[in-house]
Parts: sequence; C-alpha cells; structure tokens
Amino acid sequence: MASNLNRLSRFNLASLALGLAFLYLPIVILVIYSFNASRLVTVWGGWSLRWYTEFFNDRAMLDAAWMSCRVALASATLATLLGTLAAVGLSRGERFKGRMLFSGMLYAPLVMPEIITGLSLLLLFVALNAERGFWTVTFAHTTLTICFVAVVVQSRLGALDRSLEEAAMDLGCSPARAFAAVTLPLIVPAIAAGWMLALTLSLDDLVIASFTTGPGSETLPIRIYSEVRLGVKPEINAICTLVIGLIAMVIVVASFASKLSSTRGESAAPL
Amino acid sequence: MSARRIFARPARFAAIAPYLWMVLFFLVPFGFVLKISLSQTVIAQPPYSPVFDLSEGFAAIRAALAALSLDNFRLLVSDDLYVLSYLRSLVVAAVSTSILLVIGYPIAYGMARLPRRWQSVAMVLVIVPFWTSFLIRIYAWINILQHDGLLNRILLALHLVSAPVVWLSTDSAMYLGIVYSYLPFMVLPLYATLAKMEPALEEAASDLGASPRLVFWLVTFPLSLPGVAAGILLCFIPIVGEFVIPDLLAGSDSLMIGQTLWLEFFTNKDWPVASAAAVLLLVLLLVPLLFYERLQRRQLEGGR
Repeated sequence: MASNLNRLSRFNLASLALGLAFLYLPIVILVIYSFNASRLVTVWGGWSLRWYTEFFNDRAMLDAAWMSCRVALASATLATLLGTLAAVGLSRGERFKGRMLFSGMLYAPLVMPEIITGLSLLLLFVALNAERGFWTVTFAHTTLTICFVAVVVQSRLGALDRSLEEAAMDLGCSPARAFAAVTLPLIVPAIAAGWMLALTLSLDDLVIASFTTGPGSETLPIRIYSEVRLGVKPEINAICTLVIGLIAMVIVVASFASKLSSTRGESAAPL
Repeated sequence: MSARRIFARPARFAAIAPYLWMVLFFLVPFGFVLKISLSQTVIAQPPYSPVFDLSEGFAAIRAALAALSLDNFRLLVSDDLYVLSYLRSLVVAAVSTSILLVIGYPIAYGMARLPRRWQSVAMVLVIVPFWTSFLIRIYAWINILQHDGLLNRILLALHLVSAPVVWLSTDSAMYLGIVYSYLPFMVLPLYATLAKMEPALEEAASDLGASPRLVFWLVTFPLSLPGVAAGILLCFIPIVGEFVIPDLLAGSDSLMIGQTLWLEFFTNKDWPVASAAAVLLLVLLLVPLLFYERLQRRQLEGGR
C-alpha cells in the first residue's frame, strides 16, 4: 500500500511526457524547417541546404557571429576566473566585512531584469567615457555570468569533503598548496561546467548587449532580433540550427565533465 | 588552531577581485542610474545634463544638489502610460507565475517519482532548453504561431477552425512564450526539494490512513514550499522586467514596463525618464529580491 505512493502514476508520467514535448517540439520543428527548400517558411518544398549557403554568404550576419564568439570566449573566461575566486572566498573564507553585501551583489544578477543591468552598465560606460564595442559588451557579460559560475562552483565546494583539505594541511601543505593539490582538481569539472554555462549565456544575450554595444559592433542576437522584427526569414532558421548545434556540442562536453566530476567525487568521499 | 581556520584566512582574499569587480560593474552603475534619473532631459550626446561635476569643488556640488529634480518621477506616476505599464507588468508576471506553478509542479513531481537512473536523464532534458538560446526559442514559436504557420495549418486540416486564427501579437501568444521560456526555472527548484524529501514521511501518513490526495496536501505540498518559493521568485522577478517576449509575441497596444523603458531609451532617447523607470522598477522588485537573496544564501550555505 505504502509503496504505491512512490510508484510512478500514469498522471505523473503523462505530465512529464507532455512537459518535455512542450519544451522540445518547437525546437525540433525549427531545425526541420531550416532544411526546407521553399522560401515560404511554412510550405514544405523538399530538403535543401540553401539557407545555410545563404547564411555563409551574408557578410553582416557572419561578422555578428564572429563578434559574438569573441565576446563569449573572453567574457566566459573572465567570469570563470572571478566566479571561482568568489565561490572559494564565500565557501572557504571566514566571515569578512561586507560579506552580506558581497553575496547579495553576486547573486542579484541571476534574477535582476536584464533591462536594468543593461541600462546601468551603459550609464557607467558613458560616464567613464569608454568607447563602446567589444570590451564594453565583454565586461557587461562578465558581470552577468559571474554569478552563474559562482553558484555552480560553490555548490560543488559545499559538497566536497572538507577533511581532504585538512588532511593535506595536517601533512604539511600550506593552505595555498592544499588548495592547488587537493581542492582544485576536485572542482575542475564544476569550473568547466561554469565556463560553458557562461559561454552559452553570453552567446544568448540580447538585452544587455543592445545597451552596451556601440555602432558597427553588433552581436549575433542583436542581428537576429532586428531580422526577426522584420518578419520570419528561412535564413534565420538555419542560423538558429547552427547555434543550437554548437550549444548541444557544448552541453555534451559539459555533461561528460560533470559525469567525471561526480564519479571522482564519489571515489574521493570514502578516503 | 584547526587546519580549517588556517585555510580560511587566505581563502578570504580570493574574494577581493570579484568583490571589486561587482562593486564597479554592479553597484556603482546603480548610482549612475539614480543620478541620471534625477537630472534634466536635454537634447545632446549623452542626452542628459550632468548633475554632479566634481572638478568644480564643493560649491558646484551644492548648486547641483539644488538642481536635482524629481520631475522624471513625477512624470512617471502621473502619466497613465507608465502607471498602466507598471500594472501590466505585475499582472503579467503574477498570471504567468501562477500558470508556471500549475504546469511545473506535476512535471517536477513526475521527475521526482522516476527511478533514480531516469531522474538525472529527465533533469538534463529539462535543463537543455534553458541552455539553448532564449531568442531562438521565441523565434521558434513565431514560426508556429504565424498566420500561415503550423498551428493554423493543423487546425484547418482537422476542421477545428474554418479560417486561420490570429495567434501572434496577442496576449495568449505572450503568455505561451513566457511559460515556455521560464518552465525550467520553475521545474528545477521544485524538483530539487521534491527529490530530497524523505519518502518515509509520506508512507507514514498513508499507513495512518490518509488518502493519496490527503497525503499530498498535508505532507508533500507543505514540505515542498521552499522549492515553491524559489520557483516563484526565479520566475516572477525577471518576468516583471521582461522585454523580448512581449515585444516579439504580444500586441503593441499595451506595453510592459520593460518595453516602455526600452522605448524611452532607444527610440525617444530620453535617458533620464528611462533611468527613473528603472529605479521605480527596482523599488517594485526590492521585496521579492530580498526574499530571493535570503533563500539563495540559505540554500548555498546551509551546510556550513
């Protein structure tokens, strides 16, 4: 009787299946229609790579894609560095002055409406008289994604067995050495996952980039957005499919990394 | 002194660089927003007259303080356009968060009931769309919802409607887009609390004679409230400031505050009014933000 409760009811299964279908169907349709030969987005005209060649001949779109890739790589790397430091400071450091303010600032961008973050960063860049372009967008995206890296790394640090670090120090390691030799290898997969999350978030952002970019340096989402506003174009389907493919690749790598992380974590625990 | 404390001292210094970064790029900018929201609109580049000029000394600062004006805020609270868009944002966020909770809870519940092996697969499946581009997912819906889109073709083929239905540029399309985009934000925190729940508690209630429905409402649901709160905050706060989804999917006759701010900023180039709108939006979100902050800290540092 009691075990009935924990078994999956038909209702549970149906809601799960419907939920996943709801999440995936639009994306699947988009990918299929990117191979559509017809100019009309909704009429099926047979399989074709026509829209992909169109994209690779579209200079402005390619420039925007290249800009987005550079911004994503630079900001993800910076954010990973800073986010990891923040996570270490918060989960290993003792209480320090302004700790509340720090964690508040760190986690607010997770939910802060992008429109506020974007506007405030732009006003800062204007006040600093900074030339708007690659670096302003990169710094803005770094600010946005630090918190995501910090959350991922901090939850991994929280799950780590502290006695491992203590054992290393009891055996004569300096704290820095103990961190580098014991802690760091254990959290590398989380750091990698954080980096990839930051990368995809930066590739995805429209609002903050719109505020902080300057003339002549559009990112891919800005470009896509201005095209979409003018109407649906089959070429956009092809670009979106390419982006989805890229992100899917990143996710596969990330899940391998986290798998590595969890098996290592388990094997380390009984030590 | 324990090894733990020795470790703690240098670790504290790790926070310095990110701390300074967040002060410069997150906290200080709010100061600028506040400052510009209090200044006068001028037609220039940048389009506001500066309030403070530190180079001219104390007297200048005093003169500047006297020139501070609440005109922009006065405009915001007296003009129907702004008041209505604030109200609309709150209503849209409340309605979509409720829909999200109703749809997300059964999904999370179903996930938590799956065999262990399948739980992690289901979790990856829910996270993946969150990693694929937000703009692309909205665009995917435009494909489906447009006049001669897939949805209308299916409805016509099934003879459910006699003429194509207008889906795009309606509130229903916007709600669909919001629910679609934010579903993972609702499902994941719910799943996290439901999966951690001790099954023995539910079994005990059931052994004592409670019907499954009663078990759910008396045991499962109250125990999942932290997850419910996290899900609600993670959805409600960003939805209030949402710009892209209402811009692409909803009609243009009534705007959300994010759209109004965007319009003031990019089209009207009225930076002071846009800044004032941002300040008011922030004030509106202060209470939910503080709740969220507390929740986040408790969750990440609960094990300390």
